[in-house]
Amino acid sequence: MSGQERGTTLGVGERRIGRISLGLLAWIVGLVWIFPVGWTVFTSFKTEQDATAQTLTQGLSFDRYREVSSSTEGTLSLATALSNSLFVVLVSTAIVMLLAIPAAYALAIRRVPKWRDLLFFFISTKFLPVVASIFPIYVYAEKWDLIGTRTILVVLYTAMNLPLAVWMIRSFFMEVPRELIEAAEIDGTKLINQLRSVIVPISAPGIAATALLCVIFAWNEYFYAIQLNFANGSTMPQWVIGNVDTRGNFLAKLSAASVIACLPVVLAGWIAQKRMIRGLSMGAIK
Amino acid sequence: MASVQYDAATRLYPGTSQPAVNELSLTIADGEMLVLVGPSGSGKSTALRMLAGLEPLDAGRILIADRDVSAVRPRDRDIAMVFQNYALYPQLDVAANMGFALKQQGVPKEERMQRVRDVAKLLDLEPYLDRKPRNLSGGQRQRVAMGRAIVRRPQVYLMDEPLSNLDAKLRVQTRTELVELQSRLAVTTVYVTHDQVEAMTMGDRVAVLREGILQQCDTPSALYHTPANRFVAGFIGSPAMNQLHASATGPLLIGGADAGISDDLGGERAMIGFRPEAVVIGTGPIAARIRVIEDLGSEAFVHLVIQHEGEDHRLVAKAAAPFAGAVGDNVQIGLRGEVHLFDASDARRATITV
Repeated sequence: MSGQERGTTLGVGERRIGRISLGLLAWIVGLVWIFPVGWTVFTSFKTEQDATAQTLTQGLSFDRYREVSSSTEGTLSLATALSNSLFVVLVSTAIVMLLAIPAAYALAIRRVPKWRDLLFFFISTKFLPVVASIFPIYVYAEKWDLIGTRTILVVLYTAMNLPLAVWMIRSFFMEVPRELIEAAEIDGTKLINQLRSVIVPISAPGIAATALLCVIFAWNEYFYAIQLNFANGSTMPQWVIGNVDTRGNFLAKLSAASVIACLPVVLAGWIAQKRMIRGLSMGAIK
Repeated sequence: MASVQYDAATRLYPGTSQPAVNELSLTIADGEMLVLVGPSGSGKSTALRMLAGLEPLDAGRILIADRDVSAVRPRDRDIAMVFQNYALYPQLDVAANMGFALKQQGVPKEERMQRVRDVAKLLDLEPYLDRKPRNLSGGQRQRVAMGRAIVRRPQVYLMDEPLSNLDAKLRVQTRTELVELQSRLAVTTVYVTHDQVEAMTMGDRVAVLREGILQQCDTPSALYHTPANRFVAGFIGSPAMNQLHASATGPLLIGGADAGISDDLGGERAMIGFRPEAVVIGTGPIAARIRVIEDLGSEAFVHLVIQHEGEDHRLVAKAAAPFAGAVGDNVQIGLRGEVHLFDASDARRATITV
């Protein structure tokens, strides 16, 4: 209830030296963690010679970004990859949410018979190695003429994210106070209104967090994309790899492409983070 | 407005062997305020939830206005419920909370707002109509929860311990307001509480439940003066009724002394009970020692120990304040007033005024 910050001052009986060394350790771990990212960003501003030699003699510039974003005839352009990615990610996430919210309701609030088995079945699909599923998927995708389309990726990303979304949204729905749902029931809400005007608004931060995770996973997905979609519907990860050049140095260009591919999700995460965390913790305390 | 009837209503929770509510039969008159009271696990909340339609019936029926609603959805029962934690919709402001049910019913916006404003005026909530529940005090939230029920003009109000989250002073104040409001609106109300003082002060009639079984349903005064059994006798009244083992035959001895009580139970007597106000300190045949004195200003409760059938027994006496006596004093006590006799099955068999 109190708005006071906790944990920033020295706790009772704690020694200053203990706190400082813990803080130092945290910083070291953090720096090790961020090092590859920092290295990539740094490299993306170098010239190819500097990047390959791991030196800095020719200064930093935006030239590599210019190079990777200008399209050459016959290769996958940034604009195409970006629009493909956006389409696949947004459509699949929208479908996932549309399916996951009713499913979560049926597993959390008005529980269907055998809901435990159902829940386990959902998550068990995630235990399989992706490689194991690619062969049958490929066969059917080819049969239905879906190879090289954005449709196949929408379908697969929906299937890939749905179990996770159902699990997450279910746990957020579980947190909605039982009495609120009962009050809504007595107040005369039909099922769809109960979801629309009570359950979903209350768990909105959690649903947003789930949607963001689905976006990130779909955005970053590479394996299915490369196996099933080497032509028209190529997505951002494929574009990044497309910058690998067989005839020379490409480290700086690859770094620049990686940074571009990362930016949207990092940005989305950063914007969403503040609101989501506040929203989530608000539900925990009455 | 309507009457409510429980007809042998039973609820057995899955996986349990003892019904939470066991063949409850109870008729609540139109406009009456009935309080369901009992200790935790007595089934009072379950009984209310059955009436609300939030718990299914395993046997029996429930009727609202002579219509069997046992298989009717909560939203079609024309009831309004006030929850213990108020269950206000956190994302909606006070006006939207109060108008929520009307909106679901498709009441036009103009009429909805008018009805919300009317009730807000009644409950002094007008200044808060555009606030979110989290920006209200506990008492205000409680009033919004009440308002949400009143706006609907339902046939029956259901209240599940609506005052238990308020602090003591506000609770007493709100209690009075609620009774006043209920009699003004004259809507049939079923009110659940574990607090016997709340039950006694609010109910036109009070139904005492224990382990899912109705013990007695009567006016507060009747419960107090003619409890059906030892459980009701002990549950109703504060401090609780004094209860002592009584010999089945022969003169009734309390603390070795003849209490001067004669009955015609023919040996079925097992326990004797008397309220604190029936104990007189200063004169009488029974020897006692003072343990604790609770002086409340207007009256004093004197906790005593007597030797009864070879063991120490505690009694409570109500005396005028200030009480002239000290802890550790040996005093003589006697009985004057109602004395209840119970049989071996705990049923009250006789009430004798001495």
